[in-house]
Amino acid sequence: MTSVTHSVPSVSQSSINYEAVIGLEVHVQIKTASKVFTRVAAGYGHEPNSLTDPVVLGLPGALPVMNKAALDAIIKAGLLLGCEIAPVCKWDRKQYFYPDSPKNYQISQYDQPICLGGSVEIELPGAARNVMGAHKNIPLTRIHLEEDVGKLNHGATESLVDYNRAGTPLMEIVSDPAMHSAEEAYAYLTSIRATMIYGGISDCDMEKGQLRCDANISIRPVGQAKLGTKVELKNLNSISFVRDGIEHEIKRQLAVIERGGTIVQETRDYDGMTGTSQSLRTKEEAHDYRYFPDPDLLPVAVDAAWKARLQAECPELPFAKQRRFQADYALPYTLTSVLVWDRALADYFEEAAKLSGKPQAVGNWIANDLLREIGHAKIELASSKVRPAHLAALVQLVEAGTVLNQAAKEIFTEMFATGELPEAIAEKRGLKAAPTDNNELEQWCRDSIAANAKALAEFKAGKDSAINAFKGPVMKAAKGKANPKLVDETLRRLLAGM
Amino acid sequence: MSSAPQLNIDHVAKLARLALTPEEKAQFAAQLGSVLHHIEQLAKVDVAGVEPSAHAFAVHNVWQDDVARPGLTVADALRNAPAQRENMIAVPKVVE
Repeated sequence: MTSVTHSVPSVSQSSINYEAVIGLEVHVQIKTASKVFTRVAAGYGHEPNSLTDPVVLGLPGALPVMNKAALDAIIKAGLLLGCEIAPVCKWDRKQYFYPDSPKNYQISQYDQPICLGGSVEIELPGAARNVMGAHKNIPLTRIHLEEDVGKLNHGATESLVDYNRAGTPLMEIVSDPAMHSAEEAYAYLTSIRATMIYGGISDCDMEKGQLRCDANISIRPVGQAKLGTKVELKNLNSISFVRDGIEHEIKRQLAVIERGGTIVQETRDYDGMTGTSQSLRTKEEAHDYRYFPDPDLLPVAVDAAWKARLQAECPELPFAKQRRFQADYALPYTLTSVLVWDRALADYFEEAAKLSGKPQAVGNWIANDLLREIGHAKIELASSKVRPAHLAALVQLVEAGTVLNQAAKEIFTEMFATGELPEAIAEKRGLKAAPTDNNELEQWCRDSIAANAKALAEFKAGKDSAINAFKGPVMKAAKGKANPKLVDETLRRLLAGM
Repeated sequence: MSSAPQLNIDHVAKLARLALTPEEKAQFAAQLGSVLHHIEQLAKVDVAGVEPSAHAFAVHNVWQDDVARPGLTVADALRNAPAQRENMIAVPKVVE
């Protein structure tokens, strides 16, 4: 019946084609030492209720004070995503009663968020893994800063509250309802995560709740401007669950329509383990949060100098880096798509590429050998004993014909284990190709030609591949250490004079 | 004193999680009504040309550097909690 694909956003149902419309609310915890409105430590995995103070607990008389680093981080995030940074923004209280919020209000930003507009560049899956997919910009509505709430642990008869998370700086990144498939939502989230990690804004570990996502999903007949009734999907706690949950919800809504039913505005909880969702509560009335400006906090004014300072700290983002790697180093997509998503790896590549002058060869070594060995050893790139200088030296040895490919692989393995430089390993283990500046190679070539009159005749008659018949004996004489390129060149030079 | 027409005391009580008796509703409706009447009077003031502000003082950017300080001990943090378990505050089961 129904299927949703990224390339064809519309989905057929009877005679009417439907399209999905998706907006995402992504919460990202900012990586700071202290909380957003007080200086008690922020962190994950600590003993319950060990990261609180009177401000976190909303005790009488406690007053919040802004965290400068959290403001820097959200402005940086806004700059990275092309947002307009509001010259002035303020803080509002969002009132609601729930045990995760000890003050009975959450400090947030209502009508004057710090970041407005902007967009997230995404890449959709290509026709094959090695083919670049289409790029698209998903427009953002806003990004605002707020305080995270505590964590509830639900038991059979009671809920247990841990306020360690309460007051952690939290960005809410709100997209326009501008995505049309689960694949787009997945790509969007992947791109946001990479951007935040690149910017040093958050580690975005979904298992630790540093990145959380709610999706608003509706369907409408293709061509209809009015949005359908939206369903909010919660608990999408891994990037795969975001894709699966949205896919599931689109199908569910189509099935409801197909049965002649109507979509009810509600919040649904997606269970990634079972691939099912259930209604949490039907929104009979919109929440009445009674926002008003928080009188305990003063507004924030961002001037050009502050923005410029943060702009200077903004790194080049993965897609821009990918375009540059393709243009400047002539790297294929298969390599750039491996290199650019990890900032440390991309920097490593560039250093080795510049040192060696052979970017493609360096890229191949990283993608094929370095990443495999790092994976096997279960270590971080930073702990690898093979540094960019090692890789550059190895590439240059191969390029100069000093070591051959097979020997280079052996050198790499040893270099990874010991951190010794490739030249030294080649010397020590006798892995160098035969020297090219002596007459030995030329003599072997002469001998080989002299021993094969048939091949010589064929070559002279214009059969180019006949040259291969001379190479075997030369390699044999060189005990496999001759540089094939040099052998070929030498043979051709000698043959040309015969 | 009459209650303001736009005041729905049942809604306000629900938002505040308060179960009010009919007498209390009447009492609070009158009190809140007088507050709203006062606001109505304020709303009549001509503020054309006055820039809106979120704070009484024209002061911006009051912050601290991001340096963590010790907070409350777990025991102190839990001292006011009527019920606790595993160093967490126990509340009636809530689901959202």
